[in-house]
Amino acid sequence: MEKHLIDLLVEHVDFLRADYVLLSLTNPAGPMPACIPGQFVQLGVEGEPRVMLRRPISVNWCDVAANRLDLLIHIVGPGTAALSRLKEGDTLSTLLPLGNGFDVFSSGDILLVGGGVGTAPMLYYGHVLRQAGARPHFLLGGRSAKDLLQLERFEAIGPVHVTTEDGSLGERGYVTQHSVLRQQHFDAAAACGPKPMMRAVGLWARDAKVPCEVSLENMMACGLGACLCCVEKTVRGNVCVCTEGPVFPTTALTWF
Amino acid sequence: MANLQVKLGNLTLKNPVLTASGTFGYGLEFADLVDLNSLGGFIVKGTTLQPRQGNDYPRMAETPMGMLNCVGLQNKGVDYFAQYIYPLLKDIDSHVIVNVSGSDPDNYAECAARIDRLDRIPAIELNISCPNVKDGGMAFGTSCAGAASVVKAVRKAYHKTLIVKLSPNVTDIASIARAVEDEGADAVSLINTLMGTSVDIERRCFNLSIGTGGLSGPCVKPVALRMVHQVAKAVKIPIIGLGGISNYKDALEFMMLGATAVQIGTANFVDPTVTTKVIAGMESWLNAHGVKDVNEIIGCIR
Repeated sequence: MEKHLIDLLVEHVDFLRADYVLLSLTNPAGPMPACIPGQFVQLGVEGEPRVMLRRPISVNWCDVAANRLDLLIHIVGPGTAALSRLKEGDTLSTLLPLGNGFDVFSSGDILLVGGGVGTAPMLYYGHVLRQAGARPHFLLGGRSAKDLLQLERFEAIGPVHVTTEDGSLGERGYVTQHSVLRQQHFDAAAACGPKPMMRAVGLWARDAKVPCEVSLENMMACGLGACLCCVEKTVRGNVCVCTEGPVFPTTALTWF
Repeated sequence: MANLQVKLGNLTLKNPVLTASGTFGYGLEFADLVDLNSLGGFIVKGTTLQPRQGNDYPRMAETPMGMLNCVGLQNKGVDYFAQYIYPLLKDIDSHVIVNVSGSDPDNYAECAARIDRLDRIPAIELNISCPNVKDGGMAFGTSCAGAASVVKAVRKAYHKTLIVKLSPNVTDIASIARAVEDEGADAVSLINTLMGTSVDIERRCFNLSIGTGGLSGPCVKPVALRMVHQVAKAVKIPIIGLGGISNYKDALEFMMLGATAVQIGTANFVDPTVTTKVIAGMESWLNAHGVKDVNEIIGCIR
């Protein structure tokens, strides 16, 4: 897919929580480049002297016809904090689309597991799966109810199953303990979130003989496969997460 | 319109702007964003005789106005380059220069000899200054005798333009530059990264897998400028300046202190189109100041 470096316009800034901001962007100069679910963008950070490099953020929603790109940003450091200070009407230097993306199936029951900010790409992935003819099921986990964001938007796309560690919403425990994993058959699975969670999902999938993809977020500099900083050790040796990922089948990784 | 053409030994560049090894891949990664034909040249990723897996992740840590890396020369080896990557590059109307690394004078020379056979590669840049692998040549690049031994071996095996990339992690970079000039280098490029480190205080460990890494980005520019100026006074061969260049003004600073050409490195990560902007900015500056030939400003500060 052709890569673009464009100044996008911030149309909407929505704090879903004190440390989570949803940016809605539009391209003032032409159509929004199409993105595959699981792909990411690299955002330029302005006005923060401690930050030089771009910040990779996954696509939460992309609608070419509506000229809209949504990014859900978890504020964890000076770079994401600077991005959260953007105001409506600001421009944002964006390099996109980057990475490979998830497999899009045209049929079957597909389990999409998300934890923390790892739920962000699953919203768009579920939407695209449904459009393609598959049935997405969401399994979302958090420490407590306040960690689960965009629930009503997930519910509009497919069945949503929730776990929280404190039991404040859905079933108590981790995503891999949810009863739906024992009660229902899935044809494929995908996970994005903390590495222990993705590893647990991958192990469940292996036992259940369900093909599974996971999305990694190794630290990166360029996002284009040039700097070789974000490498993951795979069965083929060290490969760039930014170009050969961020989505990998669990069978390609060495941690399963 | 000002003339932007410069010469590195026998090699004529259409403009003085090159990309630094390890920051621009094989050029192709940037082809959607940059017209590769518009560059003075690009220096592709460090290549070794045998394939190398590089260091473990994490290989990068951001620092104020810069970054540390310890990639460690990950590459698929010179034969893979010649067979699979060279054919994709040979029709680009710009100079593709291969950065060559090794662990002893003989395998540097053998790697260089295999690149010598590739018609459309007019030059190599010898990396005698990689700080990130034990056998990556920095042992050669930090002493005059070591640097001379590698250049001497490669000079016998390689017949086109030979650029030698110098380490800043030395007491006297000018004496190393003189040593490689005496052995027949056609040009020197400087600086490679400065060795540094950073710490994760929560996990109480280094941020990088091998502890240390090479520092690059705007934070190293003053050091690089000082070293380019020192070397310019010490050698007659052309100098390629690099270290923290992120706009045309930075590039002109290096040239006024004696660099015939410049390389842009880390800035490609921040703005992948920066090279195009530096070339355009340099040309406008020359025109605005009535300078008809970029060569007039090279080394104008003595």
